[in-house]
Parts: sequence; structure tokens; C-alpha cells
Amino acid sequence: MEPQSLELTGVGKGFGAEDVLRSIDLAIRPGEFLSLVGMSGCGKSTLLRIIAGLETPDRGRFTIGGQDVTALDPADRNLAMVFQSYALYPHMTVRQNIATPLRMRQLSQVARLPVLGRLVPGRAAAMARIGVQVAEAAETLQIGHLLDRKPAELSGGQRQRVALARALVRDPAAFLMDEPLSNLDAKLRAHMRSELAALHRRLGATFVYVTHDQIEAMTMSDRIALMQAGQIEQLGTPTELYERPATLTVARFIGTPAINLLPAEVDSAGRVRVLGLETGLSAPRGATGAATLGVRPEDLRPGRGGIRARVLHTEHHGADRYVSVLPEGLADRPLTLRLAAGASLPADADGRLHLAFVAERAHLFGADGVRLDCHVDARVSA
Amino acid sequence: MTLAERLAPVRRRGHSRAVIGLAFAAPAVLLLLAIYILPLVALTGFSLTDYRLGALSTEFTGTANFRRAFGDPVFLRALRNTVLYAAIVIPLGVGLALGIALLVHSRTRSRGIWEIAYFLPVTATLVAMATVWQFVLHPSLGPVNAAIRWFGFEPVSFLADPALIIPTMAMIGVWQVLGFNMVLFLAGLTGVPKDLYEAARLDGARSPLDRFLTVTWPLLGPTTMFVAVTTSISAFKVFETVAVLTKGRSGSEVLLYAIYLEGFEYAETGYAAALTLLFLAIVLVLSIGQTLHLDRKVHY
Amino acid sequence: MPVFRRLLPLLLLGLGAIFALLPFYWMVLTSIRPPAEIFNISLWPVPQDFHAAENYAKAASAVPMARLMLNGAIVCLGILVVQVATAVPAAFALAKLRFPGQRLFLTLVIAALCVPMQALALPLYVGLASARLLNTYFALMAPFFLSVFAIFLFRQSFRSYPDEIIEAARLDGFSWMEICWGLVLRGSLPALAAFSVFSIVAHWNDLYWPLIVVTDIAYAPPPLGVLFFADAESGADYGALMAGAAMITAPMVLCFLFARRQFIAGITMTGVK
Repeated sequence: MEPQSLELTGVGKGFGAEDVLRSIDLAIRPGEFLSLVGMSGCGKSTLLRIIAGLETPDRGRFTIGGQDVTALDPADRNLAMVFQSYALYPHMTVRQNIATPLRMRQLSQVARLPVLGRLVPGRAAAMARIGVQVAEAAETLQIGHLLDRKPAELSGGQRQRVALARALVRDPAAFLMDEPLSNLDAKLRAHMRSELAALHRRLGATFVYVTHDQIEAMTMSDRIALMQAGQIEQLGTPTELYERPATLTVARFIGTPAINLLPAEVDSAGRVRVLGLETGLSAPRGATGAATLGVRPEDLRPGRGGIRARVLHTEHHGADRYVSVLPEGLADRPLTLRLAAGASLPADADGRLHLAFVAERAHLFGADGVRLDCHVDARVSA
Repeated sequence: MTLAERLAPVRRRGHSRAVIGLAFAAPAVLLLLAIYILPLVALTGFSLTDYRLGALSTEFTGTANFRRAFGDPVFLRALRNTVLYAAIVIPLGVGLALGIALLVHSRTRSRGIWEIAYFLPVTATLVAMATVWQFVLHPSLGPVNAAIRWFGFEPVSFLADPALIIPTMAMIGVWQVLGFNMVLFLAGLTGVPKDLYEAARLDGARSPLDRFLTVTWPLLGPTTMFVAVTTSISAFKVFETVAVLTKGRSGSEVLLYAIYLEGFEYAETGYAAALTLLFLAIVLVLSIGQTLHLDRKVHY
Repeated sequence: MPVFRRLLPLLLLGLGAIFALLPFYWMVLTSIRPPAEIFNISLWPVPQDFHAAENYAKAASAVPMARLMLNGAIVCLGILVVQVATAVPAAFALAKLRFPGQRLFLTLVIAALCVPMQALALPLYVGLASARLLNTYFALMAPFFLSVFAIFLFRQSFRSYPDEIIEAARLDGFSWMEICWGLVLRGSLPALAAFSVFSIVAHWNDLYWPLIVVTDIAYAPPPLGVLFFADAESGADYGALMAGAAMITAPMVLCFLFARRQFIAGITMTGVK
């Protein structure tokens, strides 16, 4: 099946008095890998379940390839879903699990009955066709040798592959994935990330991927929709979200180690100060008062002047090391520097040093948390 | 097949979850009405009248049936007998079962055999086994009295001596309930973590009795309560042994047997309905105690 | 002394087991003894003169034994099939669906758990009598068609079935019926086995209700047959009486010996008798 576009227009959903989704507008392009990211409770899973048809929205429309399917039964949307727990049928073998979506589509209700079904003409031929498709899907995911086992006899990673094969075999309009890697150990998760990305490239299908793990979203997605409190905070490519976070929430969520946030002050002339020091940044007209300045750990580095700080500890990560420092005047909010393993750290015997950052790469957020686009006027930064 | 093609036939089966839920529950709901709710309403109605099955006229008599019950020597005797029966069955049925469960629990290899031995009476048809007991306890033909004679005592007519009938039937009741309660206690015992015994040992609980009192008994508390209540409910429902062994002879009626006689032998429907409500009240008090207790006291 | 300490538990268990098993032993022993040996109170298991064939033949002819067994089987299976057919969807709806009145329904089910069948017997009898349905299989089975206990048991068991598998099944195109019977119930087979054993034993052994609605021995289940037999034979032929008792007890005892695990699971899962 051709990859399809998925489009949500004004979709809202409440449980009881609480609005889980406010009013979501989201157009997912055909063949795109789109991640829905956010903290738990942000509404990302509900949104995915509305796409799947497992929940009905209170308001709004949902279309697949231009067709309105808002009221359609999940079985009839031709979407495949991979669940967090994999949701394999425990009593079926791997082969039967993968064949199930095909059996449900290609056999009539009567032909699906346990014993009686065998009497239906044409069933054997259909089952043979299904067998071929199952074998192909199993081949793609390298689980051919597991076909006669039951889910309980498989490891987590193998179950994951079976769930993927079950989704793959039916050639769906789009793939929906609900935190599919969260039950795997760290090493396997990293491996499956690259496999999923490769699978997406090979199939060219539309993927909608829900995760709370920003690394998964950053590494695999074409675009990311970052959600917070039932709304989409920012929709963009991983680079856009990293380089130009639209809100403080996005800045905080994306990137490890997390972005450093410094209390800033914008004076009436628009000059941005941090801890009383000039930053060389100018805020747009009208934005005065308290603000927050975000600096990525790799953009923060030791300097000759600027913020005075004391080294707390250093974490070695092979090629990188993360240095945790405590700036003077920010008692309980240590900052993190990310340095190459070989880079020098010019601290004195007491671990004191000065910090500088790249002004062009700093992000300023107003008191309401929204990004303020600054321009750099001075040659030097704090 | 394109998506557009599969759209058309689908709209028809857009049943909401609520409709499916109602459809799935409907048969059970209807049966609940027919088997529980309507009969209970009818029962209450009967109890306020002098209705006799097949009678031509029926009159509303208010609480007359209930007043009659508390002046009826047969009913009062049945109530006394049932309470006596329960007073024997509950402590023995619970206490002995706990003892057996503790002993069986500590057997590792022979556990299965003991389970079978004690559980057999639970599955056996009580009506048939009551006739066997009648024979076993027979004054001249039974092995029990043979043993009593061998020890040099006078034979005892367990099922003819009015003072012994209820205790004898209670003994049969204990015989039947032991295995059932033992299994419940065994389940409770497997829920007691082994570490606790080891901790108690280190804390100085030296004798098995100490360990029983510090660990087993407190942790089995909820199980014990549950077993006691189920045993008391089944004790108040005693019927088969009386129906087979005495048929209420020599003043040995029990509650259900008295109700059975009034309602189905003498066709005193209205009066039997009142007695049934009294019986139900007793069982409900016990069951509600059970439900409340289960909610509150499960602490592991 | 240590030896005594080790043997004491065994001794106590043994004494208790004698109490538990004595009637069974005596029943079987008497059923193979000739009438002349009835006065022999020895516990020696081998009678001087085997009389099993005569006793069992007599028991089987004094009452229509085959008929009793057949009635028992029909009634037990009929009840079980309807109980499962009605309780499984209701439990599924309670555990996995949302519908108006759900809370009320669950409350009524739990309330009904506390109401013993004997409390409903009178109005049910009046209803069946006025519908002229006494002395039928229907009358024997009808009050037990709904098992609130089964609904409760299955609901508890179904609740632990993963919602995600149900959702996967909906995306795969399973109907709700297929999800209920083909997936969720399959995940609760131990509960189904335990309930089946429990239901069959309870109704095979029940005397109260058959005694009320059946007077014709053609419809009598086994316990009622024993009662007829014991009344007719009282005092006369203990060998045949014990043979009859043995035959009627045997199916459930054998059933227990073969399905011990299900019996015990049934009790521990529920604790309700």
C-alpha cells in the first residue's frame, strides 16, 4: 500500500472534567517518521490511540489519505500498531501471531471458526498465501527460526521483532508505535533504534512513534511533535527543536545533558544580563524584565572573564566529559559543561574558574516561557 | 483495495462500547432479575400474607407470620438446634483444620497423600455418606460401637438419643468441612514469607509455639476469619444430614429442615416465607461480616 | 524422645486420616460383604465370601441407577453450559467494557453472592409449580442458570488480561465475541477449569432443590435417588445400600482424584463453597 498522510484537525478529548487533548492540528506527511514526544500525561498516547481508533475524539476530525475516518472502527483503518508490551497473543505461536491480521482480513467469519472453518472452500489456498506473506515478514525481521515458538519462550528483543513483523505483514496505511522500545535493555534499545530507522527507510511507510525518550525521537524522526499538557508545543525537525526551541519546555526536554538555564534580566534598552554581567545579546523590542537564558552544555566553556564558578565533580563518558560547576550567586543550581576528553579545564587549585558561552547559540525565553529571538551586538560575550 | 472501498461497508458496525457492554451483560442481567430480584420481592410479599400454595383466597396478615414464628416451639427448637450445631462445628471445624494444615504444610513428600485423605469427604456426596455414617454409628452393627464395647463400655445410640443427635450430626459436619478448611489454611500458609520465620528465629523465637504465635497466627488472621465465617454460613445451611438421618425425629429439626417442612410438605407458603427471611437475615449478617472483613484486613 | 517428637505429627495426622477415611473404608468393605457377614465388625479388608457382584447388582436394580447417573450428568452439564454462556460475557463486560449501569450491576452481583439458594427456593418453587414445570430437567436446572459466583470469579480473572492485547486484536479485526471467547477466556482457562469442577461437584451433590421440585424418580439426580433407596431399604440390606452409596459417590471422588489441582485451585481462588 502507498504510504498515506494522516491529518488531525481540531482534535480534542477529555476524560471527566479534565481535557487530555485541547485542540490538536497535525498533518503527518506520507512516508514520514513522526515522533510524538513528551512527559507522561502530556496526551501523546491518547493522540496515538485516537489515530488508531481505540479512542473516539470529543471534537475534531481525523483523515487518512484525505478520507474522514473519525468514526471508523479500528479494524477498518488499516493501521498497524506496535504496543509497549508488544501485545502478542499468548496462546498462539509466532507464526499464528503474525498471520492473525491477514487471517482476519482474508478469511470470512465462518472460515475463521476453529473446526468448522476448515470446511469452507478456498480456505486452504488463502492460508497458503498467508503462509508465504508470513515467511516474508519473518525473513525481513530475521525471526524465521522462531516461527513455531510461543511468545512466552521468546526474549524481549525477539518479542519486539514479532510485534514488528505482525505490523509489517499487513502492509498498512501507516505504522503506529507506542513506546515500543521502553521494555528493552539499554544496549538492545540502541540497536533497535537503528533497525527501526532502517526499516522505515526500506519501507518508505508513514510511521507515528510515541516516546517519552527524546533520544529515540531525535535519532529516528524526520519530524518531532513535542507535546505538553494536551497541546503541541513545537513541531519541527530534530535539528530545529535542538537549535531553535520554541519554548522553555522544549529546550528543557530536548538534549542530554539537559540545557543549562540561567536567570536573566532584560533592561529597558533590551540588553540581556545574566548574574549582573553583560551577555552581548539584545532582546526584541518590548521584552523587558525577568527572563531565562538557556545555554547547551557544549556551548558553555571555561573563559578568561565572566561567570565565576567552582567545579563540583566531573563525569567521564569516554570521548566527552561532563563537568558540573556551581556558579557564584546560584546556590543550588549547578551547571553542566560538556568538554572533549582532551580539552583542558583551567581551574585553580580550589577548582575555581570563569565561564563563557557562545552568544549566538544561547536561547532567551521570556517570563511566559516563549522564545525571544535575540541578536548579538557585541563582539564579546560574558 | 483502497481505503475508499473499505469505507462503505464499515459504517454499519460502528457499535459503541456501551452498546456492546449492555448486550454482553444482558443475559446475566435478565437472569439476575428472574432468579434473585423477583423471587426476593415475591418472598417478602408471601411473608406478609397467609398464602398457601393452591389456596383460593389469600389475606394480608402483616407481621403475623413473624410473630407466629417466635411462638412456634418447632421453629424455636430448630433455631436452638442449629445454633448448637454451629457452636460445635465452627470451633472444631476451624481449629482442627488449622492444626491439620500446619502439620500437612510441614510434610514435604507425603503432603499430597494427606491432602487427598482429608479432602475426600468434601467431594463425596453427603447424602450417600450420611447413610454410611448411619451404618458406621449403628448401635449393634457399626464399627464405632464395636470399639466402644471392646473397651468395655455400653454401646451408644448416637442417632436415637435426643441429647446426642445434634452433636453427632455436628461431628459429621466437622468431618465434611475439615478438608475444605484445611485447603484454605494451606493456601494462607503458603502466603507467609519464609524470611519471617528466619527473622523470628534470630529474634529469639526458639520454640515452634513461639514462632506460631509471633508469625503464623497473626499472618493467618484474615484467613482464619474468612474460614470461620464460611464455616458458620455452611453450618447454618445444614440440611442433608437431618434429611437422611433423622427426618426431624426426636426434636432434631434444624432451620432449613423446618422451612422445608412448612413450605414444601405442609404448603404453608406464607409462614415458610417468613421463616426463610429470618434464615436469610442470619446468613446475610454473617456474609456481610465476611465481605467487610475481607476488605479491611488483608495485610499481605 | 527425639524419635517421638518426629513421629508425633505423623501419629496425629494418621489418627485424623482414619477419622476422615473410616466411612469410605466401611462403605466399600460392606458393599463387598455378604449379608451374613454384616454382623462381623472386623476391619479385615477381605471378606470370607465375596458378595460384591450381588450387592452392586441389587443396588443397581432397586433404583434405576443408570437413570440417576444420567440425570445427574444431564443436570450438571446443562447447568454448567448455561452458567458459562451467561457469566463469561457478563464478566467480560464488567472487566473490560464500559456501559451504563455497570456499577449497579456489579453491586447487585456482589450482593447476590451473599444470598444462598435456599432463600430463593420457595418463590422459585411457586413460580415453577404455577407454570406446571415441576418434575422436569428445566426445573432442576433453572435456578442455577445464573452463577453470580462465576461472574465474580471470571471478572477478577479477566481484569488481569492485558488491555493492549485486546487493542491489538481490535486493530487486527477481531469481533468483540472473538475477543471475549477466543482471547480473554483462553487466558483464564485455570479459572474456567476450577469453576467447572466447583459447579459440577456442587450440583451433583445437591439434595435440597431436587427434593423440592422432583417427586418422579425418572428425573431424580443421584442424591435424591439415595434418599429414595435408603427410605425403601432402611434396615434391610446394608450391603446393597453401601454398594449404591459407593456408586453414587464414585464419580465425584474419581473426578477429584484425577483433577486434584483444579479442585484445590477452585477453593483457593474463591474460598466460597
